[in-house]
Amino acid sequence: MQKNNGRKFKAVVIGVSTGGVSALKLVLGALPADFPIPVLVVTHITPDSDDGLAILLDTLCAIRVKEADDQEPMIPGSVYLAPANYHMMVERGGTLALSIDPLVNFARPSVDVLFETAAEVYGPALIGVIMTGAGNDGSKGLSKIKSCGGMAIVQDPADAEMDAMPRSALQLLKADHIVLLVEIPPLLIRLAGVKP
Amino acid sequence: MTSDELTDIEIKLLMEGVFQVYGHDFRDYSEASLRRRLTNWLSGSGFATLSLAQSHLLRDRALFDTLLRGITVNVSEMFRDPAFFKAIREQVVPYLKTYPFIKIWHAGCASGEEAYSMAILLLEEGLRGRFRIYATDINEEVIRKAHEGIYPLQEMQNFTRNYQHAGGTGSFSDYYTARYDHAILTPMLRENIVFAAHSLAVDADFGEMNLILCRNVMIYFKKQLKERVLGLFDSSLSPGGFLCLGTKESLDHRHISNHFEEIKPRTQIYRKRYAKK
Ligand SMILES: C[S@@+](CC[C@H](N)C(=O)[O-])C[C@H]1O[C@@H](n2cnc3c(N)ncnc32)[C@H](O)[C@@H]1O
Repeated sequence: MQKNNGRKFKAVVIGVSTGGVSALKLVLGALPADFPIPVLVVTHITPDSDDGLAILLDTLCAIRVKEADDQEPMIPGSVYLAPANYHMMVERGGTLALSIDPLVNFARPSVDVLFETAAEVYGPALIGVIMTGAGNDGSKGLSKIKSCGGMAIVQDPADAEMDAMPRSALQLLKADHIVLLVEIPPLLIRLAGVKP
Repeated sequence: MTSDELTDIEIKLLMEGVFQVYGHDFRDYSEASLRRRLTNWLSGSGFATLSLAQSHLLRDRALFDTLLRGITVNVSEMFRDPAFFKAIREQVVPYLKTYPFIKIWHAGCASGEEAYSMAILLLEEGLRGRFRIYATDINEEVIRKAHEGIYPLQEMQNFTRNYQHAGGTGSFSDYYTARYDHAILTPMLRENIVFAAHSLAVDADFGEMNLILCRNVMIYFKKQLKERVLGLFDSSLSPGGFLCLGTKESLDHRHISNHFEEIKPRTQIYRKRYAKK
């Protein structure tokens, strides 16, 4: 499946862990400011981090990057990072929700929690991306995205700073695209239907 | 219709039934979290769908109690968000010290970690005998746990670190005794705390509070229920009283926001104005 076949995607969810900061700089840094759909990101950060990473990425990237607030409505051209020590979820009305439910896969925020709730809301209109990271967070979520008809993109494990997360995802599901990190932004841009 | 959409309909129907039968009102809770919690409960319940469970849930109180425990997220920590407790110590306590007696309400206190943290902080600030903490939660089981003040020993490491970052002036280990794999908080901390069941969705206000903390509770509520709860807090606070929300919550765009002023940007600590409106 190389083309997007006229399919309309409504959101992108990204899960990343170890190696996440440089991977996010590269991927988010290559998205245009008017990227037409919201991008939701879970990266594993320590519980006492503040919104420094979001502020840094916002400075470096053309697209707006911010840490998610309680029940914030999602808008296109924006990247929302899950805050430290909270799970981030998607609500049907197009807003984000936060929760301090117990850790999932030893993580809060957890990629699975974001991916599963997003899949429930967006079904086939969702793109899920797993990039570099230790552990296996995100694998179950990405297969939920697939089973709801959405699209799965996995960073090529050979290209990943830490290959465990992509590898574990590929063991559990058949990805639509297995790509290098640098190929992720152009792919997302094409799938989201950005006019050249 | 997808099975997730069907589940959402079943949840709505069940919550309506629960409200009418038991008076517990979850109809205005955020869907994503509710769906996750109920799906979890369902997978351990032996029922295939919520509709199949519903007939039993509405007739069997004991079964419903397991659901009630499953719905609420009761996770907490002592001195969660150390910077917040530091701000309380440095910026709110000086005001509190000018009152002869201080009344504090922890709404949605879960198993009590936050209320005990506050008690420690106030004792260290020399306010012994001058405060009472009312700590309430909808979930009676966690209220019982809160009253016991016993936590897994393995959590003490995290609590201790939080305590230190929050500007604790003593030694955290003075506040508990280790027994096997548990830490028992010193009973002295409980002297000024009253634990009680109270639902923010259906119960009335508490009068004349000087400080209200409701952190990471309203993140599970939809807009209308949030407004109700904030209205309760507004009418429960004395003028000049403080309202504290979780680190990702705010009063922006809420009905009561013009009755309050944030003491410093991004502290999520609001002070109720003296002259109303
Ligand atoms: C995640 S805990 C927050 C604990 C603590 N305040 C903190 O931030 O660490 C949320 C608590 O809110 C309680 N809660 C949920 N709905 C409630 C309601 N309608 N009235 C009172 N408490 C409620 C839950 O039982 C749970 O213990």
